[in-house]
Amino acid sequence: MDLNLTAEELKFRDELRAWLKGNVPKDWDNWREESLEARFGYLKRWQRKLYEGGWAGISWPKEYGGRGASLMQQVIFWEEMALAEAPPLANVLGLGIIGPTIIAFGTEAQKKRYLSKILSAEEIWCQGFSEPNAGSDLASLQTEARLEDGHYVMNGQKVWTSYGWAADWCEVVVRTDPNAPQHKGLTVLLLDMKTPGVEVRPLRQMTGETEFNEVFFRDVRVPAENVVGQVNDGWKVAIGTLMHERGTFGAGLQIIYKRNMNRLIELSRTRKRNGRPAAQDPLMRQKLAQCYAEIEIMRLNQMRAFSRVSATGVPGPEGSIQKLFWSELNQRFQQVAQELLGPFGQLEAASPYTIDNGTWAYGYLRSRGNTIEAGTSEIQRNIIGHFVLGLPRSY
Amino acid sequence: MLLKDNARKFFAGECPMGEVRRLMETDTAYDAALWSKMAEQGYTGIIFPEEYGGVGLGKVELVLLMEEAGRALLPGPFFSSVVLAGAVLDAVASSGQKKKYLAPICRGEARSTVAMLEASASWNPADAQVSVAGGKLTGEKLFVLDAAGADSIIVVAHNGVFIAAAKAAGITIKAMPGMDLTRKLYSVEFNNTSAEKLGETTALAKALDIATATLAAEMAGGMQRTLDITVEYAKTRKQFGKPIGMFQAVQHQCADMYLETESSRSAAYYAGWALEENAPDAAIAVSVAKMYASDACRTVGNRGIQIHGGMGFTWENDLHLYYRRAKASETMLGDASFHRERIARLVIDAGAVSAKSA
Repeated sequence: MDLNLTAEELKFRDELRAWLKGNVPKDWDNWREESLEARFGYLKRWQRKLYEGGWAGISWPKEYGGRGASLMQQVIFWEEMALAEAPPLANVLGLGIIGPTIIAFGTEAQKKRYLSKILSAEEIWCQGFSEPNAGSDLASLQTEARLEDGHYVMNGQKVWTSYGWAADWCEVVVRTDPNAPQHKGLTVLLLDMKTPGVEVRPLRQMTGETEFNEVFFRDVRVPAENVVGQVNDGWKVAIGTLMHERGTFGAGLQIIYKRNMNRLIELSRTRKRNGRPAAQDPLMRQKLAQCYAEIEIMRLNQMRAFSRVSATGVPGPEGSIQKLFWSELNQRFQQVAQELLGPFGQLEAASPYTIDNGTWAYGYLRSRGNTIEAGTSEIQRNIIGHFVLGLPRSY
Repeated sequence: MLLKDNARKFFAGECPMGEVRRLMETDTAYDAALWSKMAEQGYTGIIFPEEYGGVGLGKVELVLLMEEAGRALLPGPFFSSVVLAGAVLDAVASSGQKKKYLAPICRGEARSTVAMLEASASWNPADAQVSVAGGKLTGEKLFVLDAAGADSIIVVAHNGVFIAAAKAAGITIKAMPGMDLTRKLYSVEFNNTSAEKLGETTALAKALDIATATLAAEMAGGMQRTLDITVEYAKTRKQFGKPIGMFQAVQHQCADMYLETESSRSAAYYAGWALEENAPDAAIAVSVAKMYASDACRTVGNRGIQIHGGMGFTWENDLHLYYRRAKASETMLGDASFHRERIARLVIDAGAVSAKSA
């Protein structure tokens, strides 16, 4: 693998670096620890600024408002964002997952209607896949939609809908042919969340926040033109979406992990273990170095995965190792952080003795969700076993 | 990669498992005919300058070649002579000495090795106790790879890096039979042996990093082969009327082997690249690669043998040959703990890291 930047890539980097220098908001640190709801408006404004500068959705084709950036340029993008301490983007699912799905499977009219508003964060997106009885076994989902005078009429329920509370639109998978075999009767619809009959309820998670929701549908009417791909061929579209989720989603996470790691190293110089700074404790040094190396390997795996995406255009099932790697790594990392901080690790923001505003307590609890969301570790191992290694299906 | 594909074909054709098993039963695991074919391919001079008879390719190409050598479980002195001794000579020796010692290695006419460890088993050159006085070397080196077949022995001493002819007076070479049957270990005792100074131990760091990154790549190749053999077995071996690879307890272990193998490969490739480009994080990248591969090669082997059941425990099955190599490579040039401590020194102690430099 050749990681040297070409003249074109250098030009891209310098241009981006200059733009970020002039535009990254200075007050992000004041907002960073705010609740998701409180900081969401801030992040939307930041994404709008990126969009206007031409830096949102850089991997997307030029005709849809992107830059047609190469995968190397995407790597540069995330590295420069990290260097500049830039805030993350608001419309995460729209940019990373739903936009690419519309680009791959949508009609020209759909691309024109939705894509630029995803980039500008004018319309926030969520994803309606899981249901109470369809988690890992997604194809068993029961939310149904019947075609009536040019509209699909939806009834059912989705769950674990991240950003449901903030979303203007939802990519939703529904059953349109109840008589067909499980995988054959599904269709993907683009749903306006303001449509009558859509009800979003908060779902409080173990961290105490309501990052995601339950969404109920009662006789919700979706115009037939909002079908993505072919009717009853939605499984293919949904799988495409999931591959994006698992394959390329890790790029942004890399920045967060690196930042957490660096912060923990910083803390290790002052927090004490056995009467001396944790940074001098032989066992903690081993554990910190292990985390540092694994975060580095996450970046290197990502780079290699990118080069595969660039060869084929879509992320392959190999993306499952990324998902498996980053989710389990974060759990190990958060535990090392807890160990290093000792009893202080458990303190939440409300405690006057808290370190970093309770982020370590939050991070530890939040990391339990990592091996469940976007396909459990067990599902990722099934995918690697069957689709990558060619072992017989286990289920 | 053309070089990688060619290397895979070459090793499959010239050194299949039958040949590996034949060579491992010999004293030195060295085969002159195979060696001269490797020299013809340019492998023995792959990264060295053309003025010394080398091919002048980069560290990335060396990493790819060694990955394939690892997949084939190539026996004999390629690592000790070309990678380790070659890189040390290239880094430490004078131009005249390179003509004398490196050029014959490149041409496939001579073999050398590096004697580093002593009873302290430290991979830090500064810990060497053996020293040279008045051009004479006295002391004992342990775990010296392929010493019995070497023409010269490079010695990391307290006061510099020296080279002695293997046939020089006062040298006693004895086998140290170890787990890895394909790469032989020796103790080498020097008693008032004439030695020529090559340079200072401080010049060794880069050469040892090249050897370490390359070894990590070789380990990734071994892991890949272990995974391939295991997946094939899991597809064909039936119990309870089904291929055992259908059971998630087996399949998920295969998935973990894949993750560990791919991650080792990513890290080794990057280390090779970083060394070639003299990237500021090259030393860290090398330790990341060796640290990860050292743990992963053992884990991948453990899983592979377990999935094979009783067959995995037999002499007849090839897995244990890879497993033996994995253990030897795990400790060579520093195990995972050694490299974690090195990462800690480079990352935590250097003070280079702060939350603002994410």
